[in-house]
Amino acid sequence: MGEVVVVTSGKGGVGKTTATANIGTALAALGKRVALVDTDIGLRKLDLVLGLENRIVFHLIDVTSGNCQLKQALIRDKRLDGLYFLPAAQTRDKTAVTPEQMRELSAQLKQDFDYVLIDCPAGIEQGFKNAVAGADRALVVTNPEISAVRDADRIIGLLEASEITNSRLIVNRIRPNMVKRGNMLDVEDILDNLRIDLIGVVPEDEKILISTNRGEPAVLDSSSRAGQAFRNIARRILGEEVPFLNLEANEGWRPWFRRIFGLSNAR
Amino acid sequence: MLEFLMRFLGRDPASSSKNIARERLRLVLVHDRVNVSPEVLESLKEELIQVISHYMEIDEDALEVSLNQADNSVALMANIPVLRVKRLTREPVTPR
Repeated sequence: MGEVVVVTSGKGGVGKTTATANIGTALAALGKRVALVDTDIGLRKLDLVLGLENRIVFHLIDVTSGNCQLKQALIRDKRLDGLYFLPAAQTRDKTAVTPEQMRELSAQLKQDFDYVLIDCPAGIEQGFKNAVAGADRALVVTNPEISAVRDADRIIGLLEASEITNSRLIVNRIRPNMVKRGNMLDVEDILDNLRIDLIGVVPEDEKILISTNRGEPAVLDSSSRAGQAFRNIARRILGEEVPFLNLEANEGWRPWFRRIFGLSNAR
Repeated sequence: MLEFLMRFLGRDPASSSKNIARERLRLVLVHDRVNVSPEVLESLKEELIQVISHYMEIDEDALEVSLNQADNSVALMANIPVLRVKRLTREPVTPR
């Protein structure tokens, strides 16, 4: 019996889909059976990040409305054994599926998979309610921006109200050199304000866009720092203790400059 | 010279936008969580002035009412400068 994990954020554009694709791919690379479900009906994206957009035949609404069997709609990823993808419908809207149907679908997927990752749409309306309906736990994605943190706080409240209590936080797109200059909230500032524990910090990385351009999740690129951070999150989900990345390395000339002048501070 | 170097290295704390963001975030979350709008706070403030004015002369312009967060609880903080305590000319208002 597997576990259903919803990846959510409130605010759009913080990296839910990127996180879902990368953590799911990393879990599959660690030998787990993983199903990724795109619940953003009408605004499908996960297919592109996974590079599976040309293989879609059936979608989530086909399954929930009984047009096809679940097995027919699941697309098998050719790169990794055990990685499957259930796309969202593109020509319907969020009311085409109900929380009850999502609960049923989640229960069905849990029978066959170790991890079911649900990519939640932005917002707190119907789409969110559908996505969390069958979830056992949540990964809340945020950015070091007050607007994203505020939405994350709201989402954490709504998750608690839905009795999903073991949520974990991912701080995505952090730019260590901006933090160092005092121009970006750091992870501590964010954790001080949110009432959940951290599971990973992902640095801003150009390789994310490049990997999305190619349709190959960054976790498959061993040189991507964001990919490394997502691989670490996958291992933490499996219960491993993985130290957090040292985000200060490879940050251009300033750290070197500071070191030369003996100005490196303890922070 | 040191100050120049610090600024050059981006260590000027006064201009740090992070501190501004942190404070704005803290306040907005306190308000979001207790679900109190600025309008509600404003009307609370006005009623406070009315009640306190029965007993004391207060500096209404300097009066501050805000919600603050201490650890995991939210506190209503009122800073009310008293100008003069009035001599009671009538019975205190007793709530029934």
